[in-house]
Amino acid sequence: MGVTTALEGLGSCSGCEIAILNIGEALIPIITEALEIVHAPVLMDHKYFGQCGEGVTLTIPEATVGIVTGGVSNHEHLEVLEEMRKKCTVLIALGTCATHGGIPALMNGQNRQESWEGIYQTVTTDPGAKIPHIEVPEPLDRVYACDEKVKIDMQLPGCPPNPELIAEVLVSLLEGRPPVLPGKSVCDTCPTERKGKGDVNKVKRFLTNAKFTPGAPIDEMRCLLEQGYLCMGPVTAAGCSKRGAPSCISARVPCRGCFGPVRKDGNQLLDMMNALASNGIDYKSVVDRRSLLRFSGAHGQLRPVKKQADKED
Amino acid sequence: MGKVLNIAPVSRIEGHAKIAIHLGDDGNVQDAFLHIQSLRGFEKFIEGRPAEEVPRIVNRICGICPWMHHLASNKAVDGAFGVTPTETGYKLREMCQVMAHINDKILHFFFLAAPDFVLGPDADYSVRNVIGVVKAAPELATQVVKMRQLGQMMLDKFAGKAIHPIAGVVGGFAKPMVEEERLELLAGTRTLLNFACFALDFAINNVFAKYLDVIGALGVIKTGFLGTVDRTDGSLRLYDGKQRMMKADGSYVDFEGIDYTKYLGEHVEPWGYSKMPYAKFWNEGFDMSLSAPKGIYRANTLARINVCDKISTPKAQAALEAFRASFGRPAQQTLLYHYARLIELVYACERTIELLEWEGITDPRVRAKVEQKAGRGVGIVEAPRGTLIHDYTTDDNGCITKANLIVGTTHNIAPMNMSVKQAATTLIKDGVYNEGLLNQVEMAVRAYDP
Repeated sequence: MGVTTALEGLGSCSGCEIAILNIGEALIPIITEALEIVHAPVLMDHKYFGQCGEGVTLTIPEATVGIVTGGVSNHEHLEVLEEMRKKCTVLIALGTCATHGGIPALMNGQNRQESWEGIYQTVTTDPGAKIPHIEVPEPLDRVYACDEKVKIDMQLPGCPPNPELIAEVLVSLLEGRPPVLPGKSVCDTCPTERKGKGDVNKVKRFLTNAKFTPGAPIDEMRCLLEQGYLCMGPVTAAGCSKRGAPSCISARVPCRGCFGPVRKDGNQLLDMMNALASNGIDYKSVVDRRSLLRFSGAHGQLRPVKKQADKED
Repeated sequence: MGKVLNIAPVSRIEGHAKIAIHLGDDGNVQDAFLHIQSLRGFEKFIEGRPAEEVPRIVNRICGICPWMHHLASNKAVDGAFGVTPTETGYKLREMCQVMAHINDKILHFFFLAAPDFVLGPDADYSVRNVIGVVKAAPELATQVVKMRQLGQMMLDKFAGKAIHPIAGVVGGFAKPMVEEERLELLAGTRTLLNFACFALDFAINNVFAKYLDVIGALGVIKTGFLGTVDRTDGSLRLYDGKQRMMKADGSYVDFEGIDYTKYLGEHVEPWGYSKMPYAKFWNEGFDMSLSAPKGIYRANTLARINVCDKISTPKAQAALEAFRASFGRPAQQTLLYHYARLIELVYACERTIELLEWEGITDPRVRAKVEQKAGRGVGIVEAPRGTLIHDYTTDDNGCITKANLIVGTTHNIAPMNMSVKQAATTLIKDGVYNEGLLNQVEMAVRAYDP
């Protein structure tokens, strides 16, 4: 029998689960031999309240390994996460939502109640509609990363996480050794050509394509920050590289920080402002600076703006 | 005393939902609901963001169909900024979108739905899953895993990221395709087309033929259908076209996406976070009654196969003709979503090949000149789960001031509730229920691939 494993998705999009599938053929022996999956709603039919739905207590089977994707934004997520913690020996937070809040934590920058009311008042919504409240989980006051609510044993960010690293985490657990994970920044894994400080003193929006020769290797393209684009490589954890270059850079597109901060407790907004300032770039040229926290708005990093301060200078 | 069966979570689906079946004192079904459990708030938290950034934020609505949100969003931003993508930019986007459909359909049919058919709806839950399929049919399963991986990695390599893509940009695409990439993609897609044809034959002979009785009964309801068709010849389109709303009697009305607010409304019930779109312009209101539904239509594969006049590629057209000969137009049987899904799989492969064989596909002019400005744009694509609508308004600085999204799955929320009720009512009598019967209720949901 394999190592018992439970997989749960909280406030997630299923992208992390697809990233697990993207391990490809190597996944077959992992899920059929090495692991014994006892609970995983996206793949199998184990139910919370018994297989006929007659129970009253949400129950997940005991497992050696637990994997949680998604952040914690409502009471059901919290209940599931607490049950996972109780039943799993090693609990892994997989993906940036679980580790740093991810995109859904952009809601932390708003007044949730007002925003939700607005959602039920759009142009196509029937007039008079109210926020649903029967048989649906009540929201928490904000979106939390998993480690704000329970003890997490291992964090693997990424939006989505890199399949190779997911496999490394699983295999290292089975082999009883610490996983080998990249600890540096996206820039440290980026082969683009850097010439040092240039004449860039403002960053531009990505409204024009980068300059490069189609088909030429990435190391023949100049660093996108040096081309004048906002690129969050300096302040973002490495891990996305798959074919010798960070994923977005390989598509000739600047990084937006989806693996979260380089240091676990780093603040991508402040770190980026510092990085720009130290290169003589005017940080005020960044439109919508708060969205630099778009992947890491949990842990109290992103908060609603006060009304009078709605417009940043 | 009556009781409630809480089937939670609904499993082998993409989203978060539960089924509640309310039994009366006599053990018969009084009511049944599909409750949608999550709300994240994308419509609101993209407000204030620079519009060109939004296509790489909203892709996180769905990790299974991120390309759909990414590209509908790009089309909406094109509209708001008044930009027309270059022809090559348009076709590179379409190629990625159609190619993303290939993986999605392989995933849904073989990984999520097939366990019910291959192992049987009554098989124990511990084996009724993809791992059970791998053990029961290792050769088929290995082939399926290989094919899904091939499609996924082709997209990942060409466009940088297959999940949560970044290569579509306002005005077109972030990088041109070079000849070497084109040849590699073409070879891979030809392999996928062979597999798609095999998958369709396999399902027709080994699945649909065996389950004809179940198909004729489980979750069957009568509704209208919404899809996208070619503006000139009414053929199936996934990336771009006009919208077609068909009534259950087969009559239809075509409209342009920009006018969607005149045709569609969204109803809200207090017991689920998802809104329920309905055909407002039928002027009959909204009612999920099984005998006399009002305003109810369906989207996703079966809807598209029903509304299109034909399919422009030969193998998929032949499959459509065979399908219509058996089931007519429009076909209402819910489990036929699976059949329609495999017809679309063949189309998606054939269309990808057509695009890769188009002479201009490697042209370096992939992005039009773009300037941020105030405006409004509506971007629509056919996501695997239905017609996907992104509607943005921008300010002078090109930042979002207002957004309205109608996401593919939501079109089918009301129909899924009806199918759940139909299935539960038919299957559960006099207090007799078991895991196998309850799984069949879930199968009625799974067909919609929510």
